[in-house]
This record gives sequence, structure tokens and C-alpha cells, in this order.
Amino acid sequence: MNSTDRTVRVASGQGFWGDDLEAPVRQVERGPIDYLMLDYLAEVTMSIMQKQRSRDPSAGYARDFVPLMERIFPACVEKGVRVVTNAGGVNPEGCAEALVEAGRAAGVAGKAKVGLVTGDDLMDRLDELLEQGHELNNMETGAPLSEIRDQVQSANAYIGATPIVKALQKGADVVVTGRSTDTALTYGPLMHEFGWAPDDWDRIAAGVIAGHINECGAQCTGGNCMIDWWTIPHMADLGFPIVEVSSDGSFVVTKHDGTGGRVTRASVSEQILYEMGDPTDYITPDVIADFTTIQLDEVGPDRVRVHGVKGGPDTDFLKVSIAYSGGWKATGTLTYSWPDAAAKARGAARILRERLDRLGFEFDEVRTELVGWDSTHGALVGPPPADLPEVQLRIGVRSDDREAVERFTREIAPLVLTGPPSVTGFAGGRPRVQEIMAYWPALIRKEAVQPHLVVEVKDV
Amino acid sequence: MKRIQLVHLAHARSGDKGDTANVGVIAYDAAHYPLLVEQLTPERVKKHFGPMVKGDVERFELPNLNALNFLLHGALGGGGTMSLMNDAQGKVFSTALLRMEMEVPDEVAKAVAGRGLVPADWEPEVGEYV
Repeated sequence: MNSTDRTVRVASGQGFWGDDLEAPVRQVERGPIDYLMLDYLAEVTMSIMQKQRSRDPSAGYARDFVPLMERIFPACVEKGVRVVTNAGGVNPEGCAEALVEAGRAAGVAGKAKVGLVTGDDLMDRLDELLEQGHELNNMETGAPLSEIRDQVQSANAYIGATPIVKALQKGADVVVTGRSTDTALTYGPLMHEFGWAPDDWDRIAAGVIAGHINECGAQCTGGNCMIDWWTIPHMADLGFPIVEVSSDGSFVVTKHDGTGGRVTRASVSEQILYEMGDPTDYITPDVIADFTTIQLDEVGPDRVRVHGVKGGPDTDFLKVSIAYSGGWKATGTLTYSWPDAAAKARGAARILRERLDRLGFEFDEVRTELVGWDSTHGALVGPPPADLPEVQLRIGVRSDDREAVERFTREIAPLVLTGPPSVTGFAGGRPRVQEIMAYWPALIRKEAVQPHLVVEVKDV
Repeated sequence: MKRIQLVHLAHARSGDKGDTANVGVIAYDAAHYPLLVEQLTPERVKKHFGPMVKGDVERFELPNLNALNFLLHGALGGGGTMSLMNDAQGKVFSTALLRMEMEVPDEVAKAVAGRGLVPADWEPEVGEYV
């Protein structure tokens, strides 16, 4: 297991819930890999899943994952590819159960084991934790959780690699977790394969960087990439990333031969900087990684070597992701044409706002944007020219009062006949009222969570 | 000296953490990284964005990647699902920063002219799917 000259290949198959459904299939079928990591969770995903579970107790996980596994399970078993995923969301038990059924349907009964990690879900323990003195203050504002306690919909600790390593040690071929950090899905398998000690900071930090590069799928292999994007080959068959890691923690970022996309120093650099805070202080449950120590070398076509990574001791805390009901919102659009498209759109917005005022509705925020002019670069683009060929008015409202937001959605269509002229684009019907799931990041001491983490492994 | 837009000297990627947008800016050419360090100060970047960024601008240097990372606090209308913005997750704040004007030696301006933009004679491949 601990030979020094071999590499472990961890492939990325999903960068978020809703990513390219064919990507994981291509990763398994188009070339050799050892692990397939599937990251389904973003800040808001857990609260969406919690809402689904409240309506259906068997829901609350990334549903796409189960039919995907039914497709690829036989190939994974045959090739010895192990899968690590946080598809479990707020219902990892339900996800694992559905996975076992999918495995049986796919004909791998008796040939594979499923690992299940639970204990990251703090929802049922929230009051107990508060009583014990865990404050769970908002990390950004310092506000106490009591301000929104009644509105909390989900609360999960971001957990690290330890339970993933345990599940792999117990022989799991597929590991399902809840709110694992995105990066642990990559460096967990590496810690298991290479037997890195928990205080081997540099190597684990290198694994975190490998995970950060993997976690957004094709965003490091040419997807959403600015560098000469018009020359990136065959994006319809975009290759997802694979990290080929050595026991010393250095690794090569690449993709399967024959797939589209491009892996270069520049494409990898863009992904390294994605969602970055202080680069010297990238905190994970297992290590603090220093992104200013990363060295990149192009060592071949679509091959970038990453080395030199330094890390430091972990903190005493885990991050907690809390979602709470934060009121209601809706966004409506209408399209205005030349001449004076922008003036008409702004005129319509003013009329709409006056009507809502006259009805006595109050909103926490009303936002007007002109899609086709200022909705992405704001005031940087200056006032719109009179000869703009067309513009889409995009107007959004937010309020604690659902009725106010509901009424707003009924005030868009009337503008077609009761506002400025040459307006179209209302074929989509009334805007939808959306419940806001607001995000409350907090910290909790590790000892309040880690003893509660449970790892089970069962046969398909 | 000539004034050119940052888009010709650097590429960028942005993302979100709550109500904060981050923009990573990477020099196309390592030789131009010092120009970014010198001119893309937090103060100038804050001024560039004006009312788009309500809070502070923080800057971090990554000389190993010829890159700077900016945190734009209070830029996303509350962030996440709270925001009413079209770009609620700050995905294209990167390009908003690339509009910024830089002062560069004439020969640099000449060397990077057109860099970062689709060439004038480029057309999408016309085939079965177009």
C-alpha cells in the first residue's frame, strides 16, 4: 500500500448538483482511474435538500447520483474504481439505501460494499449545543444564533477526511457522506492510499490543493476558462480533471486522452483562485493550506505538475453551515425594443413601483437592472445610449411578507398594456415566488461533532 | 506611456463567499505581474467599482502564480439566495475588474494589443449545429 513510486488517480465527475450527467460515465469508461469523486454540495444546496426532505422523508440527497451509479456500478466494480461522494446531503442514510438497491439492480450484489458516514447533521442537536455553550454566532457579522433560531432549516458541520478514510479502510467501494468538505472527497482517498499521518501537514495540504482543483469539475480543464476560450478544442466532449498523485503529495493535473478541453498552467491557475480568501490561510478540518507555496509546471500536453505545497496544523474548530428561512423574493422580466429601449424599461419600472406603493406593500429591497446593458457591470458602463436595439428589464423584490411578493408577480403582465410601448417577452408567464434560504456560517469546537461521526459499511 | 484596459494584461476568475465576491487576477505574462502589483492597489480597485462594492476591498499577492486575489466585501446584494442581482454569485465580477485602465510603457501596449479578446477575423465554426 505504501510504495513510494506509484501514483493514485482521483478523477472528478461532478462539480455541483446539476453538472454534466455524462462526465462521470466518461471518467470511468475513457481511461484508467482509481477513484471517482462526485461533489454535489454548495452553500445553498443543503437547505434545498432539507426543504425536499420536509415534504418527503425519503428525499434530501442528490437524486441524480442513484441512477448514475446504476449505470456505472458494474464498470466501477470490474475496473476497481472506488467512488467517494457527498451526494448524501441531509439524508445520507436514504441515499445509501437507494444506492444499495441501485447496485442490486445493476447486478453487483455481493460484489461491492457501500460505506455511509453520518453525524454531520446538527439540526436535532441545535438546542442542546446552544445550552452547552456553543454559541454558533455568525462568522461574518458576529450576531448570535438566537436572532434566527426559529427560522433555522438545516445545520451541518463541514467534516473532513477521517471518516472517509475509515470507510475505505473497512473496504467500502462507494463512500456516501453528508456535508463533507468538497476537498476531502479527493484527499481522503489519498490519505488512505498513502497512509499519510494526520500531522503530515505538507502532504495533506497538497491533497487539499488537488481537491480544490478537482472540486469544480471542468473549470480547470477549459470550462469557463478565459484564456483564448475560442480556441479550446471540442468543448462538446469536455474532459473532466484527473489528479495523478505521488506519495510525496506532488501531482499532475490532466484529463483522459481524446477528450476535449485544455489543461494548462493558466487554466489550473484560474481554478486555484476560484472562491479564494486569504491564500496563506485556506482552512480545512484537517490542515491549513498555503496557496502561495503552489508551484506549477507544464510537463506535457494537457499535463500540469503541482508541487512545493506547504501546510500547517489544523484549528480546533469545524465550520457549520446553517440555512434559515429569510423571507420571499421574485424576479420578473420584460423586453423593450428600439427606439429608446432603456428609457421605456426604466419608465416601466417606475410605474410598477408606484403601483405597489399605492397598494401599500412594503419591500426590504426592490432592484432594477437592464439585461443587455448594466446587469453585470453596473455603474461601470455609464448611462445607456438612446439607440440601444433592445433591453430586458429585470426587476426583483424581497420581503418577509409573502403576500407582497405574490402581488408583485401579478403586476408585471399588466405593464404590457398599461405601460410604455414596444414591449414583449412575457411568454414565460408570471414570475415564481421563491422562499429565501439564507446562509449563516458559524464555527463549532471539534469535540462537539467528531465523537458523533459514525461510519458503517454494508454489502450491496 | 499608454493607457490600456487590464483585459489585455490579465485573465481572471471570480466567485462568492456569502456577500463577498472574490476576483483572482492572473498576468498573462510574468513580466507584467509587477505592473499589476503596482497599479491594482486595493484603493484603486475600490474606486473602480464605486457603488458596486459597499464594503472594503482586500488584496492578497500570489507571486507564485503571477496573481492577485481581491475580496470585494458587500458586493453581492446580501449574497446567496438573498440577493436580487442577476450576478448574485459574482461570477462575472472578474470581467468588471478587467475593464480597469492601466498605464503601461508604449512597447507593452503594442505587444499586448488585442490580447484577451476574440480576434476581429474570428468566426464561429459553421457546421451541422450552427
